[in-house]
Amino acid sequence: MLECNARTKLSKEQKKQMKKEAKAKNILLRHEGIETVSRPTKSLVVANGGLGNGVSREHLLDVLKTHGLVESLIMPPNKPYSFVTYASPEAAVSAYSSLSGQEVPSMDEEQKVSLYLSFVDKVEVKETPPPALPPGLRIAENIVSPEEELVLLDSIQWETDNSNQKSLKHRRVKHYGYEFRYDNNNVDKDQPLPGGLPKFCNVLLDRCVAQGLIQNMPDQLTVNQYEPGQGIPPHIDTHSAFEDEIISLSLGSEIVMDFRHPDGTCVPVMVPQRSLLVMSGESRYLWTHGITPRKFDVIQVSEGQSVGTVSGNTDELTLSKRGTRTSFTFRKIRHGSCKCAFPSVCDSQQALEKKSPPQVKDLEPESLEMEYVHKVYEDIAGHFSSTRHTPWPKVVDFLMGLSVGSLVADVGCGNGKYIGINKSLYMIGCDRSKNLVDICGERKFEACVCDALSVPFRRGSFDACISIAVIHHFATEERRLAAVQELVHLLKSGGKALIYVWAMEQEYKKSKSKYLKDGKLSNETPQESAPSLPIHTNRTAFDSQDLLVPWHLKENNQGRNNEFCSAKREKQLLPGSVYHRYYHVFREGELEALCGRVTGVTVRHSYHDQGNWCVIVEKL
Amino acid sequence: MKLLTHNMLRSHVSGVTRGFPLIIRADEVKLNSVDFNREFVARMIPKLEWEALVQSAESVSITYLGHGSDLPRELASGYENDEEFLKKVHHVLLEVEVMEGALQCPESGTEFPINRGIPNMLINEEES
Repeated sequence: MLECNARTKLSKEQKKQMKKEAKAKNILLRHEGIETVSRPTKSLVVANGGLGNGVSREHLLDVLKTHGLVESLIMPPNKPYSFVTYASPEAAVSAYSSLSGQEVPSMDEEQKVSLYLSFVDKVEVKETPPPALPPGLRIAENIVSPEEELVLLDSIQWETDNSNQKSLKHRRVKHYGYEFRYDNNNVDKDQPLPGGLPKFCNVLLDRCVAQGLIQNMPDQLTVNQYEPGQGIPPHIDTHSAFEDEIISLSLGSEIVMDFRHPDGTCVPVMVPQRSLLVMSGESRYLWTHGITPRKFDVIQVSEGQSVGTVSGNTDELTLSKRGTRTSFTFRKIRHGSCKCAFPSVCDSQQALEKKSPPQVKDLEPESLEMEYVHKVYEDIAGHFSSTRHTPWPKVVDFLMGLSVGSLVADVGCGNGKYIGINKSLYMIGCDRSKNLVDICGERKFEACVCDALSVPFRRGSFDACISIAVIHHFATEERRLAAVQELVHLLKSGGKALIYVWAMEQEYKKSKSKYLKDGKLSNETPQESAPSLPIHTNRTAFDSQDLLVPWHLKENNQGRNNEFCSAKREKQLLPGSVYHRYYHVFREGELEALCGRVTGVTVRHSYHDQGNWCVIVEKL
Repeated sequence: MKLLTHNMLRSHVSGVTRGFPLIIRADEVKLNSVDFNREFVARMIPKLEWEALVQSAESVSITYLGHGSDLPRELASGYENDEEFLKKVHHVLLEVEVMEGALQCPESGTEFPINRGIPNMLINEEES
């Protein structure tokens, strides 16, 4: 009873306050392993007062100083808390009793954040010297004067010219000399842009050569403009696209750029306004570089260190608000292949070494499918699935036309995009790629892992089957025939199978499929080396029936939320990696002829749909 | 894997004659509620291997109930009008899911693992 009475004496506000404090304490213990103590000490943990939620050292110190002499203020990067140690316990007690609930400005949020303080026994200070710059990286400060900076910024005509200016999701960009293509992270080397590099860059480039910063004159320029909060995902400039030296001029604002080694090492580098960043050797070929999208950077307090790497010293970090930064990145187009010392991340050398495309006849069809179909889908499953959400309308029509309670097998179901289409059917998917079938499982679809030539479903039991974009992955006609036969085995008498395969004819009855990109020319030529399968140029017409189609692995969005200097190693699928999938594209009439070789079925309907040949066969 | 899916699966190991039904080893079973659709269930029943369904319901229900299922050994005529029966079948077909365990070929003894509800029916496992 007494306790109850005591509690009722607290105001509503106080109770709310206590609740929040208790919650903050609990979170600190559970997530960060920080143990708070109830007796007064000299040190306090300041929950919500961290660099991670936009509170700068200066703002926090202003508040903390009003209670006494601050011995140290430790602000770990990216954490929503900090540790303050006062010269005396009295000052700490004073801060504790009056600062809980205190609001301080945040650079991150529109509104202020409320501090919650708790005593801690001791505060660990990690003294880490600033990391070394990645080998081959240099920064030349003040490469242009403030006057030249203004002239250069004025020279970019953003609005008037739309042809070479693309508005990317996260920044404004403009290309000179050659257009950089974000679909394959490369340039069309035989299609230079008219006008070459703009004249206003000459002074700068001559200066770079004179100062020995670069050996060769670049011939490609990309201008990027980043507003605060914008960034660029970590990437390595494609080896086969550009030569060794890549330089980048920063105008308008400084920035912290993150360099990462494949071993997980991350080095944040402060790149000052009007400086030139020179990437060569290891820093250009092996390390990724990127800018984390945020409105402020974690930087060192000491003014003297305005350039170079940012140390991990938590007692001297603060935040700096970003401004609009315009970068001029100059590169030299590479003609021929890259022969760098880093084959693991070199697209030229990987293409030569591992992906040396075989001749269909040289390789057993099973091995060809294993290497150029199964393994590839396994590796690209996540990215592949993220690009496959839109069901094809005519496949949907087929599924919607089936009666309630129909049993349907989706052989080669991928991520299961057709499985949930018609809720009154019972659909079971199967696919050779375990990773893709796992995605089906996550989506609560019924599916299993198996080979399309040996499907473990009861024969003669299914009302319908679909095989969408599957049979073109088999390397011989006999295997394609066996795949159709396997589908037919599953059907009951009167059951129907819908089959889609990719068409050689991407233009049919004068109508081009959506796959084709206007004005794009194929260079689908066999590689100069040994006789091999031709590699297709994406979004162009097919020149050959048996070929390898590149898949360009893109950076997933998850990269954007990453931690400051997170040492966590993600599975090393390098953004920009190219995978090749084997296809046999069908000529007009070929699919019908194939189905004609299967006994006990008849082709009920055949058509061309967006660059695919399609048939509906019925089991007699 | 729902038991309806199980009813449609067979062993495809070369040399087997029927390969059906696959023996279920259920280590983890999950119950999910699914909207009852009378027409769907009534139309599904003739497509089933009834005996196999009863068997699989028995083996799985011991894992999750501790006792057998109460499906009749044989289908009674006029079942399509027996709402209570259809609901029972609905539950067994669609609401019981084997999340972890294995399927075993009744003839060759080959085992196919079930992980996170997905049976892996590949015969040559070296690649996955």
